[in-house]
Amino acid sequence: MHVSIQQLNKSFGSVRANQDITIAFAAGQIHGILGENGAGKSTLMKLLSGVYKPDSGQIFINDQAVTLGTPRLAVQIGIGMVGQDPLDVPVFDVLENIACGLQMPNDADIRQQIIHWSTTLGFPLQPDQRMRDLTVGQRQQVEIVRLLIAGSDVLILDEPTTGITAAQVAALFAALKTIVATGKTVLFVTHKLDEIVALCDTVTVLRAGQLVGTQLAMPISKEAMLTAMFGEFLTHPQVPANPISTDAPRWQLHDTLLHDTTFVLGPLNLSLPKGMIIGLAGLEGSGQRVFMHHLAGTAHPDRGHVHFNGQPLMRANPLVAWLPADRLHEGIIGAMSFSEHVLLMRDSLLAPHQTAHTKAAQLIEDYAIKATPDMPLQQLSGGNQQRAMLALIPESAQGILLEHPTRGLDTVSAMAIWQRLQVRRDNGATVLFFSADLSEVMQYSDAVLVFFGGQVSHLLARDSLSEEVLAALIGGVGFAEVSA
Amino acid sequence: MKTQFVALRTPVIAMGVALAITAVLLLLAGADVLAAFGVLLGGALTTPSRISDMLMLLAPLLLCAVGLTTSFAAGQYNLGIEGQMTVGGVAAMWWLRGYQDGSPVILYWIGAVLCGMLMGAVWALLVALLKRYMHVSEIFAGLGFNFVALGLALYLVFGPWKRPGVASMSGTEPLADALWLPTLTGTRLTLVSPILAIVMLVIVWRLIRHTHWGLQVRACGLSALASVRMGVPATRRTFEAMALCGACAGMAGALQIIGVYHSLVPNVASGIGLMGLLVALLVRADVRWVALVAFFFAIITSGSIQLPLALSIDSSISGVLQGLIVLAIIVARARRGEEAA
Repeated sequence: MHVSIQQLNKSFGSVRANQDITIAFAAGQIHGILGENGAGKSTLMKLLSGVYKPDSGQIFINDQAVTLGTPRLAVQIGIGMVGQDPLDVPVFDVLENIACGLQMPNDADIRQQIIHWSTTLGFPLQPDQRMRDLTVGQRQQVEIVRLLIAGSDVLILDEPTTGITAAQVAALFAALKTIVATGKTVLFVTHKLDEIVALCDTVTVLRAGQLVGTQLAMPISKEAMLTAMFGEFLTHPQVPANPISTDAPRWQLHDTLLHDTTFVLGPLNLSLPKGMIIGLAGLEGSGQRVFMHHLAGTAHPDRGHVHFNGQPLMRANPLVAWLPADRLHEGIIGAMSFSEHVLLMRDSLLAPHQTAHTKAAQLIEDYAIKATPDMPLQQLSGGNQQRAMLALIPESAQGILLEHPTRGLDTVSAMAIWQRLQVRRDNGATVLFFSADLSEVMQYSDAVLVFFGGQVSHLLARDSLSEEVLAALIGGVGFAEVSA
Repeated sequence: MKTQFVALRTPVIAMGVALAITAVLLLLAGADVLAAFGVLLGGALTTPSRISDMLMLLAPLLLCAVGLTTSFAAGQYNLGIEGQMTVGGVAAMWWLRGYQDGSPVILYWIGAVLCGMLMGAVWALLVALLKRYMHVSEIFAGLGFNFVALGLALYLVFGPWKRPGVASMSGTEPLADALWLPTLTGTRLTLVSPILAIVMLVIVWRLIRHTHWGLQVRACGLSALASVRMGVPATRRTFEAMALCGACAGMAGALQIIGVYHSLVPNVASGIGLMGLLVALLVRADVRWVALVAFFFAIITSGSIQLPLALSIDSSISGVLQGLIVLAIIVARARRGEEAA
């Protein structure tokens, strides 16, 4: 199916998210959509999948003008979108999730189609698996199969490789190639150049809501793509690692057993020193999140204690800042403004609005957040929400825990965020983060903890590691030697 | 100014739709529509005694609605408001039963109101505790406790506190005359209730909109997870907001005992709490509009009492109109895709 767009415009308040976009996507190809944060990629895809309605302009399917209106209508016309976070019903099984949105609820037929598509695409899916038992990567696979069964001819994937394992990325890429071989069209939104090179037939670059040049046929050099994205390119400075300090530790765990509803981690014996950036490396779901919850004091060990600054951590501690990956659900309050967040994190009985407003304006400038102090944070792009969360970390924080700190952020924003975290580290804070991106772990950590098989390694100096060694450890090769 | 106009446009249209549907219903019933609306909207204001009856309804309604905006702000749908009002009345009665001739009356009045507030707060806290620690929805817990409260009042009226010799739905032995709150000459209205209601309105308004406490309560209501992450003591704030709501309802119950019924009747709440829910649904956490909307509802309800006599129309049309207004506003909001904030 051939999709084209004429003069499409979409604004949110004074922000022009998409300006005069005119482009065509040929059938049977994978089209990369590239751009930095807030460039308008997600907006464009939401316009195409019926989530948003355009302010002006037209969308054509096979040269026929269409009004998409709703996701349901878009799916009926043949456009399906896999969102950044899979939306499904956790208590349903795979079959129920796929069947509930379809118009021909014939279980036997759907079951057969699930098995057919899973086999064709190489996804290890069973119709009777419960969604809540699946990983994010598997839920994404269910979503793709669901859209295919619903008859989608155009599949849109928004940053699909964040938060899934390398094996799942490989499976996804192979599956997408199989899908376009049948004449379907794939729109692949990403900010990762490697993925464009590895997967896409064409690339479309957006910058500040506008199309940069025209659609380019691959191969294109990474330098050319970067220039199109940013208009400039900044090289990565090599960051020297701090040595592992022997001062009194920030966090200490002694024979401590951590858990959540399905997962047990430990027993752990660990000392996490002051003034370090510590990367948590491991496959998705190896216990990093459980670990962070306990370090934040929002979960409590089955056995033993987590000590922070020598004191057992019994509840959330104001000196520990935790920045979750699910920003709008756990991180910030979408309906409240940045000013109100500044106020919220202060401890005074009467709320002095004027000072909070001034402070908010200052932070917005310092952190280059595209927002006004009074704008509800839900109106900001993902990257700006992330910057807002970082800006809100109190100066007094001695422990900073981050899930995917630069997920969905462009290179320049990511570097800016790391510079700020390094300043915090140099002031004595201990920064822990986990990231699906091994090169990020290698580039910014002073030391690394590897998570594997319900255990955690001892603290490994970054300079003793290489990306290859780390990759092996994550897969369990040689893990026994470093296990604490 | 422009944004205020836009914000007002939706409610005005919704009101229009609700009035139109009510008019159609009145037409179908063969009534004189204009006359009926005249009585509904103006009937409560024609004589001093009617105005005083309207204010007697307005005071407890305002207290409940003010309390509910607090619990709404905290994201809690406190459907237990009627029960909290009932136990407030029970607690007030318990305190007043200790009165003996010659005791200082003012102490009994203050004590009764405080007992009512305390008991209402406790009743609301039970709901909050069940939600927090037993994962029972506050909606079901609240409804359940309404029946428990009604059961308690019935038990006392027909059991330990019954009039010597007679047990009747009309209530317990009346309070000593000295304990009746003074009324305005020629009416049944005591000014204490509306004054206290307005005092509570101002206090809650300031708390929710202009204090750090209120900001934290609203944050909990909008996103409990995010507010916990940012260091808001969410459990405490939720409990406090629920307790404040229960205290408002309990105060309303206590004032109904000493100012209106002058004895414990089983039906202390008499649907006022539920009407308060309608008001709170309309204004959500925005305390500024509570007084206006509660006033409007009180006028319609009081006015409707004259409908059967004046125009042979059943007074339940006022409930229909109120329900339609709330429904129309909620539909209008949903169409605009607003957050339930």
